[in-house]
Amino acid sequence: MIALALDFAFACFGAAMLMNMWVVAAGRTVEDRILALDTMVINAIALLILHGIWAGTAVFFEAAMIIAMLGFVSTVAYARFILRGNIIE
Amino acid sequence: MRLIRALFPHPTLSLLLTAVWVAMANTFTINSLVLGAMLGVAIPIFTRAYWPDRPRLRSPLRVAEYAAVVLWDIVMANIAVARLVLFRRNADLRPAWIAVPLDLRHPEAITALAGTITMTPGTVSCDVSSEGRALLVHCLHAPDPDAVRDEIKQRYERRLMEIFE
Amino acid sequence: MSQAAEILIAASLAVGGVFGLVGSYGLIKLPNLVMRLHAPTKATTLGVGGVLIASMLHSWFALGRFSVHELLITMFLFLTAPVTAHFIAKAHIHRRLSARDLPAPQVDRGWATLERPEDGSPDGDPGEKAEGAQPGGGN
Repeated sequence: MIALALDFAFACFGAAMLMNMWVVAAGRTVEDRILALDTMVINAIALLILHGIWAGTAVFFEAAMIIAMLGFVSTVAYARFILRGNIIE
Repeated sequence: MRLIRALFPHPTLSLLLTAVWVAMANTFTINSLVLGAMLGVAIPIFTRAYWPDRPRLRSPLRVAEYAAVVLWDIVMANIAVARLVLFRRNADLRPAWIAVPLDLRHPEAITALAGTITMTPGTVSCDVSSEGRALLVHCLHAPDPDAVRDEIKQRYERRLMEIFE
Repeated sequence: MSQAAEILIAASLAVGGVFGLVGSYGLIKLPNLVMRLHAPTKATTLGVGGVLIASMLHSWFALGRFSVHELLITMFLFLTAPVTAHFIAKAHIHRRLSARDLPAPQVDRGWATLERPEDGSPDGDPGEKAEGAQPGGGN
């Protein structure tokens, strides 16, 4: 049953990832694309954790943590660049 | 007493850092506890200059109550937003901007309130006013914007006032 | 592993998957940016939350290892999601909206993002504007 639920979750987050990619490629505004990239980072964390469950190891935890931190910082940097024209004043 | 104050400028932060380090190491052993405690002492001392006049937390019990209320509301918010996204046509949604005047004055308290608003039912905090005395909030579906504003003030701001002021 | 644990893990995986999907679907479906902001910040945090809880339960019951570090990622996402949402909203207000589109704040002159320096030049000294204007507005 867990295997089935894992497959279901993989499919859901994979589809979510594809939708985000569509918005990143064809989004109407820059803000849309930033938002889609941010969502994509979160979905990538979920996929990585799912892979960790599937493989039965905890080694992917650090990777997920680092992606979470880098994703947050890059989203803020990007939004700030749009807002102010530079990042560190 | 002054020595203790100098060693632990922010006792809560020290405890939190220790707990986070132990959780990060993922084993509750004496090694991780000691290293965590060392970080918990060192980091507040070195970052002390960046935390000028931080407001005092009144009581830990109220913080726990607030956290429980917010966690519950986050779950409810997710279900509500998912239902709106899935089962409502876009034409039926009634989005609204509302201005929430603030009674809170501490920047930390306003940050906490803004974060709470973003995480809870159908509202996202978008901006503060020029002097920081009002928050701009966007609602995904609010047939009655005034009710939403009153609920924010009643449910979250009142509790934060008790915690911070 | 007991039957109940298995059902619990499968259920949180399924819930997480559904919420993750709904969050990204909302990103496509909703009509304007501020509304689109609602879907990912909320639905995705619970989506990832469900998956992380499943991972935690899985390592307790299936692998016999006590594990709490997944909670750290959940906490981190809970803390950062409002900040990113706030920044994207500010970028949107800065680029597309003017004071006419927003309600008046009533107590102050206007909203911080739309403030211009007194001399009227569109990009005067940006640092001044930021530090004075937004005490703890989420950044």
